[in-house]
Amino acid sequence: MKKKPDLSIDFCGIKSPNPFWLASAPPSNSGYQVQKAFEDGWGGAVWKTIGAPVLNVCNRYGTMDYKGSKIIGLNNVELISDRPIEVNLREMAEVKRNFPNHAVIASIMVESKKEAWQEIVKRTEETGIDGFELNFGCPHGMSERGMGSAMGQVPEYTCMVTEWVMEVATKPVIVKLTPNVTDIVQPARAALKAKCDALSLINTINSIMGVDLDTFELRPNVGGKGGHGGYAGPAVKPIALHLLSAVGSDPEVMASKVPISGIGGVETWQDAVEFMLLGSTSVQVCTAVMHWGFRIVEDMVDGLSNWMEEKGFEKCTDFIGKSLPRISNFGDFDLGFQTVARINHDKCVQCNLCFIACNDAAHQCIDLKELKLKDEVNERLWPVVREKDCVGCDLCSVVCPVDDCISMVEVDGGRPHITWNELTKSRPEVLEWDKMEQYRKEANIHIH
Amino acid sequence: MAEHYKPFKYKPWEMSLEQRFQEVFPPYSQREAMQEANRCLYCFDAPCIVACPTHIDIPTFIKKIATDNVRGSARTILESNLLGATCSRVCPVEELCEGACVLAHDHKPITIGRLQRYSMDYASSHKIKFFEPGKANGYKIAIVGSGPAGLSCAGELAKLGFDITVFEKKKWGGGLDTYGIVVFREPVEVSLSEVKMIEDMGVKFKFNHAIGEQVTFQQLVDEYDAVFVSVGLGNVPSMEIPGEDLDGVLDGLDFIEETKTEALSTIKYGQRVCIIGAGNTGIDCATIARRLGSQRVMIVYRRSEAEMPAYPFEYEFAMREGVNFMFLTNPVEVIGKDGKVVALRCQRMDLGEPDASQRRKPVAVPDSEFDIPCDMVITAIGQKKLSNVVDALVKLGVHTDRGYILVEDGTNRTAHPKIFAGGDCIRNKGEASTVMAVEDGKIAARGIAKKFAIQLEEVKQGAKG
Repeated sequence: MKKKPDLSIDFCGIKSPNPFWLASAPPSNSGYQVQKAFEDGWGGAVWKTIGAPVLNVCNRYGTMDYKGSKIIGLNNVELISDRPIEVNLREMAEVKRNFPNHAVIASIMVESKKEAWQEIVKRTEETGIDGFELNFGCPHGMSERGMGSAMGQVPEYTCMVTEWVMEVATKPVIVKLTPNVTDIVQPARAALKAKCDALSLINTINSIMGVDLDTFELRPNVGGKGGHGGYAGPAVKPIALHLLSAVGSDPEVMASKVPISGIGGVETWQDAVEFMLLGSTSVQVCTAVMHWGFRIVEDMVDGLSNWMEEKGFEKCTDFIGKSLPRISNFGDFDLGFQTVARINHDKCVQCNLCFIACNDAAHQCIDLKELKLKDEVNERLWPVVREKDCVGCDLCSVVCPVDDCISMVEVDGGRPHITWNELTKSRPEVLEWDKMEQYRKEANIHIH
Repeated sequence: MAEHYKPFKYKPWEMSLEQRFQEVFPPYSQREAMQEANRCLYCFDAPCIVACPTHIDIPTFIKKIATDNVRGSARTILESNLLGATCSRVCPVEELCEGACVLAHDHKPITIGRLQRYSMDYASSHKIKFFEPGKANGYKIAIVGSGPAGLSCAGELAKLGFDITVFEKKKWGGGLDTYGIVVFREPVEVSLSEVKMIEDMGVKFKFNHAIGEQVTFQQLVDEYDAVFVSVGLGNVPSMEIPGEDLDGVLDGLDFIEETKTEALSTIKYGQRVCIIGAGNTGIDCATIARRLGSQRVMIVYRRSEAEMPAYPFEYEFAMREGVNFMFLTNPVEVIGKDGKVVALRCQRMDLGEPDASQRRKPVAVPDSEFDIPCDMVITAIGQKKLSNVVDALVKLGVHTDRGYILVEDGTNRTAHPKIFAGGDCIRNKGEASTVMAVEDGKIAARGIAKKFAIQLEEVKQGAKG
């Protein structure tokens, strides 16, 4: 029998039996929860942030539901742990005693004072935890008090506080980045400048979930008022993947070789694999657990293991970052790569969504025509692509509700395989419309 | 577990009589309706619209359910079909819209009927009034018969400003929707509220007015600018076999009507019931008998399963209700004792060559007679034509074919310039259904409007000259 793939990871010295960690959030609020999560199969947990004293409010969550699916996005205005620090520390020590081989990471956040940060680091290390995560990302409640994203949004603060922590920490330190910035690479570099051991991203995104059409109240509604909260869940995954790859492909980050813990909309093993292919060594999960409970990790572990076995990967490092080199810029894309849409009429159900999408929202290159297919009597018209006019935009295939019905087929239209950067370097005159038209003729590019 | 997801168990004794006669399908909750509506692909140029005889813009009304604009959804339905509430319950959707759904091939089609009912129920429970009578145009129209064709024609014409009077021989409006559809498919209130909706559009109703009794066609033709005839058909015809007059032999339509108009506890039913005829009315009678409490219900049909006129889903429903079928069995005599039914004598049949209806003709098997013991026989072998009505029309110059009224395509006008017709009384070919009657009423309304629009134009020109 073939050996089972090894799912264990080494995250800057933090060992974990698998890459699935609870994110610092309500599911990792207490020792009871973290132990239960470990029993269910989670490899690690970033404890809900401890630090400054807080008071919470009622109605903390708002959701984005879509066409009958609940919680494709979740927003919260809950603060960091409202349990006394002593209780949290005692429970961390207990969990670590009971689960020595699991990763227990303390998330911390205190006011912007060197003494305060260094004190909490020292106190927390005594529990035997495996590392720290610095919460520079919380976008609500704490940020107004100068903590959380208020620190993460200013690279100089990020660097300064990280340096304070690095001065006293003996365990690995992860800096958690906020997405609520223009360029996430800047705070990432600031954290590296302070010699942090690892990065994690993303924290939640600023958001207002909605307005009640009957009461005119906001969601979530806090006694008639509402405000921005942190947005998470499946809907934010594409944003997280982008920011992960932006950080992961930054030359300074690459040179530092620090590992990254990916966060943002991970719900399944497939999501986790995508994060790992784009450079995450571990993934952190919150919303999916809030929706379904800890038990989801069983399929995450099982699915990842099966996938690795199918692909022939023996350990996670075999594929972590594998797709990262494909991250490129528009200017480096091949202008000669050409596809056209082909409709498989054996599968087509004649919903004509491709027709109306192409006609109203793309390039008007699908016609509805009479077709004689097989012997079946079918009086309805069929969508047919005019391939010479198809620009290969892919819209028809993404709206088609039938699997493998519309495929984008690579064709050789005789266009030169050249990138925009190469073209504009070799023929800068194409930046004028008339010269561009001339080039298009030469390159066999016709736009109808 | 929600009621309708429970595995089916036929245990009527566990339910009260009233419960047994609730609608078979419970209404969708808002969440159910939204989830189902969201499954709709929102096809462009959708085949369901074409398949609906009244061409309801189905993807649009479903999309509106999905956006929780149920009021708009209901309006979309009613704009094409004023009897949307009845049709949502009684339409053979498998044969029409749902059968045409692009998801029907390898998925589950959208439950269009259930969704339509959701929107119609919403409109009804919120008492929304969608249509106002149009500005009076001075023309008076008489409508004979207040079934679906008559109501549809009346409503469409009222919207255009016609002055409408409906003559109905029964005490309530709605025709077979009110009297002939089994109550667990459509409660009587649904049909009556449709009558009310038409009445609220300014249409006048004269109930208990029968042609040839309280009023004649000649009077109507003289007093009104046009007449729309939607009288439907009559009762179940005689089987022409001995013993039909015995106590315990019932007309199927009367039997159904009783369940719509009388208290359920007062309805007489047999313990061993034979139903003659395997059409949808036969199925209705059989399932009613079962739900009333009959121990044994047997549908006797002289042809085979393949020729049976009942819809496949009705057949399946009857079998789930514990109804037995005896195919290729021809009743030849009702046997009585002391004036009461005690058995139905039948003979076995074989299928021979195709007959005029293109169905294989049943041929009697010699010496195959046998008796089915029973205490009630219900006949459901079709409907008689209303010969007195048809004869009266023929005298006025209306053309007919085998007792059905002949009309012109596209206008539903008869050979008489002032008389239009629609519904089951013109359905000389194909199956009759509520939804087709509704469309007949719409076509006739357009035909009548066109007739007068042209005349109006002529009047104007004359005035100019």
